[in-house]
Amino acid sequence: MIFCTTGTQVAFDRLIKIVDEIAADLDEEVVAQANRGKYVPKNIRYVRFLPPKEFNELFSKARLIIAHAGMGTILSAMLQDKPIIIFPRLAALKEHRNDHQLATAMKMKELKYVYVANNEAELRELLMSDELKPLHHIEKYANQSFVGEICKIIEPTHSEKKSLLKIPSKLHLPLIHLRKKKKT
Amino acid sequence: MKKKKVLAVASLGGHWIQLLRIVKPMEQYYNVVYFTTFKKSKTMVGDNKFHSLMDFNRWNVWKVIPVFFKVLAVIIYERPAVIITTGAAPGLLTIMVGRLFGIKTIWIDSVANVNTLSKCGSLAKLCAKNVYTQWPDLADKKVHYIGNVFGN
Repeated sequence: MIFCTTGTQVAFDRLIKIVDEIAADLDEEVVAQANRGKYVPKNIRYVRFLPPKEFNELFSKARLIIAHAGMGTILSAMLQDKPIIIFPRLAALKEHRNDHQLATAMKMKELKYVYVANNEAELRELLMSDELKPLHHIEKYANQSFVGEICKIIEPTHSEKKSLLKIPSKLHLPLIHLRKKKKT
Repeated sequence: MKKKKVLAVASLGGHWIQLLRIVKPMEQYYNVVYFTTFKKSKTMVGDNKFHSLMDFNRWNVWKVIPVFFKVLAVIIYERPAVIITTGAAPGLLTIMVGRLFGIKTIWIDSVANVNTLSKCGSLAKLCAKNVYTQWPDLADKKVHYIGNVFGN
């Protein structure tokens, strides 16, 4: 099964449409998460939104991932050793606020972490080849030295003297709704 | 000794995944409270405390008003010693509010920003005490590089 995901914030109908068209020529099942999109796919199974649990289930079942150049999907694919093809969003087509996905895609390709497709022809070529494999593996968490460095910053008992406001030691009023929620 | 409280904030998606990769290993040393833009993400943080807020970005800035009060409430309620975020807009807002209360703030710019710091990141430069990038070539006087979330 091929799983195609486009993230949660903005629709990415261009990718869904391309995948839908290619899927007609594939023997494999394609499932897509087409959040907020308007395009109705004809050849693939699709859902609009998937909660984290269902998303992970589909993700781990998939043989191959096709996705926008979102870091969350890329990291998950590397963690789970899934081959991944990324298809960057373009700001010019109002698919994102800026073109950072293009830059991310180029960098990830340069590091040989992922496959990249920028248009239908490139995606089709990748999908038709049988040689797609997981390109890079990462561990479950960021490495210890990185986490350690951040702990070093957290550790010293802080005293940022220039604080504008202070939280009074007893303050209940504005937090009633928070406390109520906690009890249920 | 009482564990320090760390408020870990990020929007859903890549920011959130990166945050978890950094903060999860810290859970043994600190009392981590998670704060993100999607309620069902609670399933990803186990028994840790969790709050959610409405997502917003540069395309729907008006939402900043209700979100501001939520952020204020969570900070006053949780009283974290440290706020750590990977972005984006909601993380920036939390850091701004946190800074007013003299809370230690850490901004880790998303690994997706490979050529320049994100818009929110460059704003964070002005208001977060500790700002990090995940690419060595983006480091400068104020923005430091200490590693990335890839893990090797």
